[in-house]
Amino acid sequence: MQRVAARHFEALFRWACRLSAVLVLVVLASVIAALARGAWPALSTFHWGFITGTRWNPVTQVFGAATPIYGTLVTSLIALLIAVPFAFGIAVFLTEICPPAVRGAIATAIELLASIPSIVYGIWGLFVLAPFLQRTVQPWLIEHLGPLPVVGRLFQGPPFGIGLLTAGLVLAIMVLPFITSVMREVVMMVPRTLKEAAYGLGATQWNVVRDVVLPWSSRGVIGGIILGLGRALGETMAVTFVIGNAHRLDVSLLAPSTTISAAIANEFAETDSTLYSSSLFALGLMLFTVTFIVIACARLLIMRVESQSGART
Amino acid sequence: MTAGRLRRRKIANVVGFAVATLATALGLAMLCAILWTLLSRGLAALTPAVFTQNTPAPGSHGGLLNAIVGSLLMALCGMAMGAPVGMLAGTYLAEYGRHGHLAKLVRFINDVLLSAPSIIVGLFVYALLVVRMGHFSGFAGAVALAIIALPIMVRTTEDILRLVPNGLREGSAALGAQPWQSIVHVLYPAARSGLLTGLVLALARISGETAPLLFTALNNQFWSVNLNAPMANLPAVIFQYAMSPYVDWQRLAWVGAMLIACCVLLVSVAARSASLLLGGNHQRGH
Repeated sequence: MQRVAARHFEALFRWACRLSAVLVLVVLASVIAALARGAWPALSTFHWGFITGTRWNPVTQVFGAATPIYGTLVTSLIALLIAVPFAFGIAVFLTEICPPAVRGAIATAIELLASIPSIVYGIWGLFVLAPFLQRTVQPWLIEHLGPLPVVGRLFQGPPFGIGLLTAGLVLAIMVLPFITSVMREVVMMVPRTLKEAAYGLGATQWNVVRDVVLPWSSRGVIGGIILGLGRALGETMAVTFVIGNAHRLDVSLLAPSTTISAAIANEFAETDSTLYSSSLFALGLMLFTVTFIVIACARLLIMRVESQSGART
Repeated sequence: MTAGRLRRRKIANVVGFAVATLATALGLAMLCAILWTLLSRGLAALTPAVFTQNTPAPGSHGGLLNAIVGSLLMALCGMAMGAPVGMLAGTYLAEYGRHGHLAKLVRFINDVLLSAPSIIVGLFVYALLVVRMGHFSGFAGAVALAIIALPIMVRTTEDILRLVPNGLREGSAALGAQPWQSIVHVLYPAARSGLLTGLVLALARISGETAPLLFTALNNQFWSVNLNAPMANLPAVIFQYAMSPYVDWQRLAWVGAMLIACCVLLVSVAARSASLLLGGNHQRGH
């Protein structure tokens, strides 16, 4: 009797588990469906002009998303340019240099950067980092890099403190722990025999890092970088604080601008027309599509590296 | 000549490692700088009123009571909805699905959801619930947080169950237990500390989320525990107050940021060291 009941419950439990797993898929599908439905009025009104247009005017009901798209790409790029070398340095430090006694503590401390809520980065960026940059770094950039040909255009205009550069810096700190932890894992997977063979040939530790560790782990490192890119593209609150929220396309990195997520966060609760809210939905749809592709690529790369190292050991 | 090359390589070695060490030092310095600012500005404005009074109008005195309560309430409701589903789905991946096609797909999609921008979840819940109900509500906020918590719970549950040695599964099956009996009576208890750590970490993570609440729970200046009405929450209050021109409000924003960050960081550190400690004991026991 009890056995029969147990068997019935088994079927029930198994189905509950499977349904929950399927629910994960359902969530993703309905997110895409809801975004697409919300975005439809704007996309059917503006067509490609939505992506190329630079005017964003709720009064005249004209919405072009070139500025937030540009802002999202530029801030993410700045973040990666700064965070990637740092992350590799930290990964090398943790695996090759650091005394084992403090290794865990330092790794945890770096990972703690990831658990600080993004709103805290935002308030810190607005009240501490932005004034600091405005007083010190930005005037220097304007004075020394501003007059240069071509590159100079990136560093012109008054030092506002807030803007693309500041947002990129805050993002760099935020994605650093994610890139570092992936890089560290990949770097630790490098087969010991390879490194020992290099040492046997008389390589210094740095030679081993540069000529053995880096090439062997390059694919996983790239996976980590792309994962960081996915984070940076979608980060919202911290950017909203320090970007300036201006729908104005400006080449200068020092100028206030906006990003996709910041525009949604800032404006969505105040939309007064279907076309306005639909345009924000369209921004969301674009952001989700891009991050989906980016994250999927990163996961595939990392999964391949893992199976590759599994096959080798 | 070879001596020169050797010297150059040795110099490159020292320089390269010095740069790596410097990078780590700078990373740690950033953490310290952020924590220092938070503590110094937050503690300076911390008064008992923060915990006993509601959010004030500009110019008057007040605290963060309603925001703290609202945040806790929505985070707990979110966990109550997201955690069971996440645990069951994680159980499916670790015990039933394993290497099947469905499991592989779910694992992949879950990874994507795990790093999807949280503001998108806010938009989704807005279209799903707020539009249909006709108003912002704490319930919609809780659902948004549940969707954030779901992939985290799926991932940790699967990872933790995978750590349970196979001998336990086999032993339990040899005694004639059905798989669900092994899972509920043997595997869950064996993985208890890890599962609890995962729960606590997910709770910490969603209690700091802001973006999904901006247009689901919105905000509420007054005391309210009604899940069917807009609800105050700490992140939204911090956002509103920090961006405002009022010094009093900015001070409260710093206190709120300090409270959130300290809670989340303490919980993460405690959960990590607890799982390390318990994991160590576990290994020694065997």
